[in-house]
Order: sequence, then C-alpha cells, then structure tokens
Amino acid sequence: MTDRQIMTGDEIRRAIVRISHEIVEKQAGTQGLALVGIQRRGVPLAKRIADAIEEHEGVRLPVGALDITFYRDDLSLVAQQPIVKGTDLPFDLNGATVVLVDDVLYTGRTIRCAMDALIDFGRPRAIRLAVLIDRGHRELPIRADHVGKNVPTSREEIVQVRVAEFDGSDEVSIARQTRASETAPADR
Amino acid sequence: MTTVASAAPGASTVSWHHRHLIDVDVVSWPEIELIMRTTEEMKGILARPIRKVPALNGRRVTTLFYEASTRTRVSFETAARNLSADVVSIATATSSVTKGESLVDTIRTLEALGAEILVMRHSVSGAPYLAAEIFGGHVLNGGDGWHAHPTQALLDLYTMREHVPGGDLRGRKVAIVGDILHSRVARSNIWTLTAAGAELWLCGPATLLRGMDRWAGAWSGGAIPGHGRFNVTSDIDAAVRDADVVMGLRIQRERMQGGLLPSLREYAAMFQLNAERVSLAKPDAIVMHPGPMNEGVEIAPDVAISGRSVITDQVANGVAVRMALLYLLAGSHEPAHAEAAL
Repeated sequence: MTDRQIMTGDEIRRAIVRISHEIVEKQAGTQGLALVGIQRRGVPLAKRIADAIEEHEGVRLPVGALDITFYRDDLSLVAQQPIVKGTDLPFDLNGATVVLVDDVLYTGRTIRCAMDALIDFGRPRAIRLAVLIDRGHRELPIRADHVGKNVPTSREEIVQVRVAEFDGSDEVSIARQTRASETAPADR
Repeated sequence: MTTVASAAPGASTVSWHHRHLIDVDVVSWPEIELIMRTTEEMKGILARPIRKVPALNGRRVTTLFYEASTRTRVSFETAARNLSADVVSIATATSSVTKGESLVDTIRTLEALGAEILVMRHSVSGAPYLAAEIFGGHVLNGGDGWHAHPTQALLDLYTMREHVPGGDLRGRKVAIVGDILHSRVARSNIWTLTAAGAELWLCGPATLLRGMDRWAGAWSGGAIPGHGRFNVTSDIDAAVRDADVVMGLRIQRERMQGGLLPSLREYAAMFQLNAERVSLAKPDAIVMHPGPMNEGVEIAPDVAISGRSVITDQVANGVAVRMALLYLLAGSHEPAHAEAAL
C-alpha cells in the first residue's frame, strides 16, 4: 500500500472555514440551522464547522451526532454486526435546517441511511450535506451541497481521513488497496 | 438518548461470534460488555418518537413457547418488531404439538416455513441445545427448564448497572432469595454476576438450595456454574444485610412436589422480602424480581411497589436487551458446526 497525502492539516482547516461561510450564506444567516455529524469522523468535523461559524457569526449552532448502523442496507452482507457508536440529537429537528456532515462521500449509501435515521426523529425543514472529501462513484442519486475537496479516485483506492480527535493529527491521504478485503473504517 | 461518550476508543475491538445464545456460560466478559453497550443504544431507540429502526428488515423471527409466558414472549416479539423483523408467534397449546408432533419435527417445519431466528422456551432443561443441532438459523433461549434464562440474567445485569453508582458491580453485594433449586434465572445470574465480580449470595430454604452449596465453595474454574465463588445460606438476614441488590424469585408452585416446602405460609414467614427484612440492606439498595410475582408469598406487596423496586425497569430493559441480542445474533454468520461448544 502506498500512501499519498491529498490534504494537509492547514488545508483541512481552510476547507472547513470555507464550508462554514457557505452554509451561512446559503441559509442567509444562522436562523434555524443545526449541524449533525455522522459517526465517527463526521462528528468532530461538525463541531469544527460550528466553531468556525461561532467565530465569524457570533452564534453557537446546535451540534448533534448520528449513528447510522441500524439503518444500513448491507447488514446481512457484513461479516459481523458493526459496533454502534451512539446517537445524540440535543435539539428539536422539527422545522430545523439540518446540515449533515461526513468525512467522505462515496457511494451515497451512508447518506441515504442518515436521512432515514434523521427523519425518524422529526421533520426537518430541509436536509443539506457537507463533506470534506467527495471521491465520486455514487450508487444513489445524492450530491453534496458543500464539498471540501473533490478527489477523483478509482474504486481500488482508499481515502483515509485522519482527525486530531481520534487519530492524533489532521490529514487526508489516499492509498491503493492491496487486498480486496481491506477497507478503511472511514471509507464506505 | 445516549451520548457520543459511548463511542469510547478501543470499544470496537470486541465482536460477536456466537451463532446461538442458549446460556451465558459461554459468553466472555468483553462480550457481555458489548451486549450492555448495544442495549444502551437500543434504549436510545426506545426513547425516540418512532421506536423502530430497519436493522432487521425482512429477517424472520419465530417465537416457540412450550411453557406459559406473557412478559418474555411479548418482550421478544416487541423487540423483534422494533427492529422491523417479521414475527411469527407459536404457542404450543394451539399448535400441532397437541397432536403429538415432536420438537425436532416442529423445528424442521418452522425452518421450512422460513424461520431464521428461533426464540424458544421449553420446560425440559437442554431442549434448546437439541434445537440448535437441527435448526439452520439462530436459536435464542427464552428459558429452558431449570437450566438457563440468559436474556433475564442480562437484563438483570443491565438494570443493576443502571442503578449501582458508577455502573460497576465489583464488590457489590447481590442477594438472590427464593426458590433457587428450580430457578433458571438464578443459574444464569450466577454466571453473569460472578463474571461481573459481584459478591453473590443465594438464599432460601435448605430444600430449595440443594446442590448449590457444593458448587458455591468448590469453584475451580470449570464444570460448575460461575466464574468465581459465591455464598449459599438459609439465613435471610445474613444474605440481605448491607446488600446493594435484593432479588426475589418466584416460588414455583407448579414445581413444589415431594414436600420441598411445608407450606407457602411458612415460606412467607421465614423468607418473604418484606419491609423489615429489606431495611437490613443498604439504604439505597434496589429490589428486583423477574416476575411473575406471588405477592404475599416471596415478596410483600408494599415492597414490590416501593421506591426501591426496579421491577418495572427490569421489564422495560428486557425489550432493549432482547433487541440487542436479536441484532447481534442476526449478524453472526459462522457455518453451522463452527461452534462446537455453542
């Protein structure tokens, strides 16, 4: 496996600041906005976007965490049940504009699960999607509203997002898969 | 609703390997912790406006109960429906079993009808082991004879951890009082509570403790129930004194033959969990009972509904524990004979 860095920590920071401006611009303010990170690496990214918005708008948006395990459409295909990581939505979804945040957008299936899960908690006015990396290869008609970086990939490649909160440092790298069975945790 | 704090790093190292769950004796402590964490998530689902997730969409769960049951069967069926499974419910009193169909034939028929997860209760100890030998799917024991009632022990453990400060049972005194001899609940609880490191006391009339004293002191790391030593006594005051948890067990009138008890009234006088006896326990002790209760026999009505009683919590947690186990079992894909010891 050969690793190739595609985003440095600084580049990740700038992308998050830009996304935070885009989110506020699209909503024409912060009224009714809420951020929901998808477990696991979407959660710290959502918090960072909220920090950035607080810095330039002076408003703290509510941030939630969403675990999509029970909504996956491939439970009967995976070898073992995935570990559930916790859902915490400390605000009322009804009428809110929810921005889902994830690290990598790939097939779109995770986002489909996340939308199903969110709708079980209430009826948001709108759901938007912000991702750090869009690597293409969609299998569902889903697109992101806010993208940190578009990265053309082949299906054999693995996009690995590292965040300081879990991995010690911020970095995005791309690796070529050596065995078909290997998949990175952030990359589904 | 649960918090992201449950996403503890390193928590993802344990995974579930059991194709069936017949007793908790083969379940390791890390696996029990996995069940507890998964149960926590399931409780989060039960607290939602829509108490249903599609995790087991299209999976077929069949409940086959050869013994009377309300709460366990309804609890399993509710759990399965909350996970969007399709549920078939068979009470043997109204099935072909009354025409003389054998257990083996019944299970083969249910499998041919598409059952994937079989939740089973049987009056004969060990019946689910036979079921697991012939059934191609997953067997989940809902109680067999005197032998085991794993989901009850796990929901008991979950309920205790909710109420004991810090959620750690190590060194906590747990007294189980009543008909230990006929109790599959007690036997499964011995495994989980000794694994949890609790100081376990079993208490009842000597006739209803038969054999337990031998197991309790002779623990050697195998062949006998439990992961450690426990105490056996007929002295209820000693059992209850300074306990953190007091659990009453049902006096199983249907199994009281051969003069095991002089009378229910004498049992109540000597062993009933009444306000006076429970006051010997710690001030913040909880009172548990797996149900159904004979109020006025093993437990006084005022104790059963007192502020210390967590009996309704047990019932509510039962649904969450069973959702967790259905979810975990449905994801195990080992080939039929990989698990020699189940």
